[in-house]
Amino acid sequence: MTASPPNPKNTAILYACVAAGGVLGSVARYVAALLIPVVSGFPFPTLFVNIIGSFIIGFYSTLSGPDGRLFATTRQRQFVMTGFCGGYTTFSSFSLETVRLLRGGITHTALLYIAVSVVTWLVAVWLGHVLASRLNRLKGS
Amino acid sequence: MSGLISVILGSALGGVARYFISGFVARRVGETFPWGTLIINVSGAFLIGVFGGLSEDNTSLLAIPDTWLFAVTGFLGCYTTVSSFSLQTLSLARNGEGAPAASYVVVSVALCLTAAALGFGLVDLLR
Repeated sequence: MTASPPNPKNTAILYACVAAGGVLGSVARYVAALLIPVVSGFPFPTLFVNIIGSFIIGFYSTLSGPDGRLFATTRQRQFVMTGFCGGYTTFSSFSLETVRLLRGGITHTALLYIAVSVVTWLVAVWLGHVLASRLNRLKGS
Repeated sequence: MSGLISVILGSALGGVARYFISGFVARRVGETFPWGTLIINVSGAFLIGVFGGLSEDNTSLLAIPDTWLFAVTGFLGCYTTVSSFSLQTLSLARNGEGAPAASYVVVSVALCLTAAALGFGLVDLLR
């Protein structure tokens, strides 16, 4: 993904792309947490952002990949994938919520949260990839 | 408004830290296995455990909403990532690396939860 030559100016621009995308993604995650309710202790907001972020990265990386129909520069890919998707999703909140559930003795919800999370994240990234592959194979530009 | 600013400042730092560490690790050990993301997620999980433990004390800095939004929602939220983890797992699986893909999933979840629990435990111990 680092096709561009590593000169200081280019590196600084890539860092700025990641930071800008990361801020946008994190603010979107913050808003999602305000809008989506936690029902019976189950952390739906974090599950939601992690599923959507996994879907977007799977979709975008394939659509803008070597055989993809969307041309994207390294900067654009870093902005969307490393920046936005990376900032939108969070492994640390997932860990904190699970440990809090375990510490609170709500073991079955913790185990359900772990299982549902891992399965849905991976299904989402795979679905995004499959959908983009189909689009890439469509005739026309 | 100050909450939003806290998230923005923390996440800008977190994103830059993740990009720096993942690049540094990739240059040192290569990119055949996603060690960079693993290190980032495990270290972020340990810190969130420490912060979570500290926030249980109402007099601590982390019990203040803006501090939490800066350090946890902003910095750690942006520093750690599920999307890269998912994409890396899919890439390993699609390249026929079934065993490394499965190990990556199991090791990531196990180490992150252990690290977060250790962070909480450390705060309990020092209290």
